[in-house]
Amino acid sequence: MADLLQLIVAGIATGAIYALVAVGFVLVWQTSQTINFAQGEFVMLPAFFMLAAMKFGGASFPVAIVIGFLLSLIVLGVLFKRLVVDPVLRHGVLPLVISTIALALFLKEAVKEFYAAEAQPFPALANSNITLGGAVISVQNLVIIGVAVVAVVALQWFLGGTRTGRAMQATAQNPMLARVLGVRVNRMILYTFLINAALVTLASLLVSPIYLAKFTNGETLGLAAFIAAIVGGFNQVRGAILGGILVGVLDNVVAAYLSAPYRAAIPLFLLIAVILVRPQGLLGRAEERTV
Amino acid sequence: MKLRWVFAAIAAAALIAAPFALKTYGVYLLSMWAVMSIAAVGLNLTLGYAGQISLAQGAFVGIGAYTAAILTTHGWPLPVAFVLGPLLCFVVGWLLGYPALRVQHHYLAFVTLAFSTLVFLILRNEEWLTRGIYGISGIPRPNVLGFAMKDPRPFYFFCLATTLVVALFAWWIVRSPWGRAFMALRENPVRAASLGVDTRRYTLMAFAIGSALGGIAGVLYAPLVQFIDPSPFALGLSLNLLLMVIAGGSGYFLGPFVGAFVSVLLPEWLRFTEGLYLMSYAVFVMVLVAFCPTGLIGVGERIAAAFARRRAGAATAAQDAVAR
Repeated sequence: MADLLQLIVAGIATGAIYALVAVGFVLVWQTSQTINFAQGEFVMLPAFFMLAAMKFGGASFPVAIVIGFLLSLIVLGVLFKRLVVDPVLRHGVLPLVISTIALALFLKEAVKEFYAAEAQPFPALANSNITLGGAVISVQNLVIIGVAVVAVVALQWFLGGTRTGRAMQATAQNPMLARVLGVRVNRMILYTFLINAALVTLASLLVSPIYLAKFTNGETLGLAAFIAAIVGGFNQVRGAILGGILVGVLDNVVAAYLSAPYRAAIPLFLLIAVILVRPQGLLGRAEERTV
Repeated sequence: MKLRWVFAAIAAAALIAAPFALKTYGVYLLSMWAVMSIAAVGLNLTLGYAGQISLAQGAFVGIGAYTAAILTTHGWPLPVAFVLGPLLCFVVGWLLGYPALRVQHHYLAFVTLAFSTLVFLILRNEEWLTRGIYGISGIPRPNVLGFAMKDPRPFYFFCLATTLVVALFAWWIVRSPWGRAFMALRENPVRAASLGVDTRRYTLMAFAIGSALGGIAGVLYAPLVQFIDPSPFALGLSLNLLLMVIAGGSGYFLGPFVGAFVSVLLPEWLRFTEGLYLMSYAVFVMVLVAFCPTGLIGVGERIAAAFARRRAGAATAAQDAVAR
């Protein structure tokens, strides 16, 4: 029982990270029809911004975090939209998929070439463990869950409670109508890219101490985030959160109790089942837009 | 039209002459181009003509390659693999088509992506069959019509000949009523159904045939590389094949050949940039997609059309001059 509790807490922590990545993925998809195949690499990169700031800039860890956030907002938010998405967007979904696949390759190679090919240790936010009814729970996992909850609550408040946030939702639901109503659609799309950049940076900060920072990290993270987004509902921020946590918990519990070699297969079966039975996702509404 | 035949003749001559001018590695790369072209032609049928996104073509190459590797290392001749590999892929591809009856576009992309990853996991974990991460080595090259294919050059010609056969087959499919039905499916499935096209059957067929061609590519891949392990058949290959089809020109007959050429050879030519070669390649792809979303063949066609217009313009001007 204590084992199970331990596993579930670890699973929720992993899932919370997946959820952050999936939420960003869904936001970008909603407003700009961008299926970002580089989303995993987007999580991998900010950790290296921070490491580089510490190594080459001599910055302390907190300063490096700030630098990492700023660079990510510029590179993964503004530049990604302006240089990669905007020129391709009007050609349709598929060319954009190719473009983001190429971008993923580019980011991986760039990190390998200019920083390191080996896994890099990354400072943890917290190290100690606490014991709760026989289960050993790492404070790090609790910090992860806490940070993710704060981030998601803040995001939900922003999207639902502020004028800008509601304009962004309007853009996601019907860009044409939003434009007629005076919403600056292009700016709202940029905001979602910036929010995505912030979310992946946060995820990077949380995940890198556990997995170490490595240029190939994006592959598994990206896949997990896709699955989370689809399982929960491709057009729902809430769905992405549920999906992330589900995938995270499933991952940990399956690895411990069922089969370690096929650990990665379970989320895939979940994905296939959800798409075939309930394509709109567990929490999603059926999509009215034919895309 | 005449120009097209001239180009075809030049291309054919170059493909036949090239291996005599190249070193072993160059011949290997050309053979790889031929193999990847076959897989890309298959994906082009599924995606370019029938409009069904598949991110699993690499998995079918893997299934074909493992079929060939397992059979030939157990003493079976390669022709058996040429029958069984594509057949297996045809059946699995048919089954993979079922989700496409329910969901489309990005959902279909993700189902096929999941399938592709599942195949990879099976190849890696079922050690009794595939030897897992240790891979299968010592895959023999076949004798064809009494010729031993051990050396790279004869084997390249074998690959080239197979590619030609596949290309002719694809040419025939595209022009057959089936090909027309595929295109109808891509352009407007509802209208196709209302005109009496059995969309259900043709969707499954598009997947099955495309996958079977992926299987043929795999059956050639195994003796070409002579050692296979699961890693080349991970998601990356499927994405790469998708890239070949889109970058070459999706829905154009020659698109996959051009796309495979770019994807297999361009990174090698960029090797002079050393560590930067994959980055340069990625940038090239991003720029290409931004400026010519219809792929390289699309660009070629645009240029050809511009020339034709100019020539037509010159002709009418000449006529005007004569009339005056």
